[in-house]
Amino acid sequence: MARRAHGAPLDQAPGDEVVAVAEFDSVGLRYGTGAEVLRDLDFRLRSGSFYFLTGPSGAGKTSLLKLLYLAQRPTRGRIKLFGEELSEAPREALPPFRRRIGVVFQDFRLVRHLSAFDNVALPLRVAGASDEEVEGPVREMLAWVGLADRASARPPTLSGGEQQRVAIARAVINRPELLVADEPTGNVDADMANRLMGLFTAMNRLGTTVVVATHDVGLITATPGAQLIRLENGTLVDPTGTLRNPPHPPRGAG
Amino acid sequence: MFAWLFVSPAERRLLGGPRFGGPTPWVIAIMSFSIMLIAASGLALASTAALVSRSIESRYALEVPGGANNLDTLVRTVRSTPGVTAVEAVPESEMRKTLERWLGPAAQSAELPVPALIDFDAAPGVNLSALQQRAQSIATGARISAHRASVGPLLHSLRLLQWVAFGLVVLLSIAASAAVVLAARGALDTHRFTIDVMHGIGATDLQVTHLFQRKILIDALVGSLAGAVAAALVLLLLASGAALAGELTGGATLGLVDLLVLAALPFALTLLATWVARTAVLRALRKAL
Repeated sequence: MARRAHGAPLDQAPGDEVVAVAEFDSVGLRYGTGAEVLRDLDFRLRSGSFYFLTGPSGAGKTSLLKLLYLAQRPTRGRIKLFGEELSEAPREALPPFRRRIGVVFQDFRLVRHLSAFDNVALPLRVAGASDEEVEGPVREMLAWVGLADRASARPPTLSGGEQQRVAIARAVINRPELLVADEPTGNVDADMANRLMGLFTAMNRLGTTVVVATHDVGLITATPGAQLIRLENGTLVDPTGTLRNPPHPPRGAG
Repeated sequence: MFAWLFVSPAERRLLGGPRFGGPTPWVIAIMSFSIMLIAASGLALASTAALVSRSIESRYALEVPGGANNLDTLVRTVRSTPGVTAVEAVPESEMRKTLERWLGPAAQSAELPVPALIDFDAAPGVNLSALQQRAQSIATGARISAHRASVGPLLHSLRLLQWVAFGLVVLLSIAASAAVVLAARGALDTHRFTIDVMHGIGATDLQVTHLFQRKILIDALVGSLAGAVAAALVLLLLASGAALAGELTGGATLGLVDLLVLAALPFALTLLATWVARTAVLRALRKAL
């Protein structure tokens, strides 16, 4: 099927088949007996699109990402990922779907006693790749994020920026269909941020759907064709659920 | 089925930590040592009971309480009975020697009435009542008693002790399992973060469990074998040095089957520990999404 242009709204073309990576239908989420942190979320993420998730602190961005990468079940509503209803799917059914999702955590979540190489190789090994199959791609990915000479270093000996790059390399190593990143450029300099966004964009061009939670307006405006999901107080700002293009034109866009 | 045993060095690194670290191998070694000794005792008791039981099963004694002047006649009468074999008159000197244990030098007194005793084996179906009547016609008061009647309480005690040993083996195995469950839960807590990361990137419960299962299997195997070797050394010392023990057990030894059972115990304990750890880890993992 021919791919749509980046940034086209999901439901724009009537009659045209829309391939959604994620579909949220009246989704709500609460932790324990507390108030709902997410309410009435209705939206779809189109396959192959690039989304920025924004909103003030406490708006529910991380909770929404947790629903996306299957770390949390909704307390109401339905979530479909890759065309499968997973809200109430048995937990044994979830790992194959998680392998199709790459996640960059805000706190990196690197395994401290593993080297940078082993951390990046983890998704491949979980997917059943042999040591020989892992070697090449991991070296290549570490070189891409500028950590070729730090392959054997353990996370505690890496700087914040280096850890973040390892986390990103781990998230994209197995070419996920959906890439979810929580403030992925928070600890890197502008040059590295551009390179990482370049990596995300390149993956997006290859078909990966990308969702990046960020406060960085510069990052949003520098990514042509990306769409914006804005959360406030646990709900989408646009009550119709339509996902809008970035409010500002990309810098340097012709 | 056993692929999880042969994980790569990279997968082994996932749990980190030193090999054979922590208390698990030590706990298992102590349990294995105790289980081996108790099991060996139980098997030796069973062997002794079987030996004693076999030796007295068809053994009888013809006793004349006040002694008999015509002992030879009695022996011939017993020997001539069809189905009776191994007839043996116990010499008076031996009887006195036995009595000396309780009576001291008085046992040698000529005034002490020493019973006459003829031991014999009787095949099933021998009419012992008729034999006793014939003996009574020769020596008044003669009576036949089965050895198993007099040794019965001892056999009963031996079998009871054997069951006590079996019970202790079971109890120690349960205790070892409980220790393994605690160790597995401790390991899960220690590696909670790694497990969360692995789950997050799509690892299944079985993949995570295999890492722990293998680690605990190795810990349990090392501990079990160490305990078993120590127990074997103790048993060898006992067997070679304790002549009294041999005398008490009537020369009962551990047979080939007993030794095979003992040799299998450390491996059984290892399998039990691994199964228990696997179950504990899987149950704990199911609590997470």
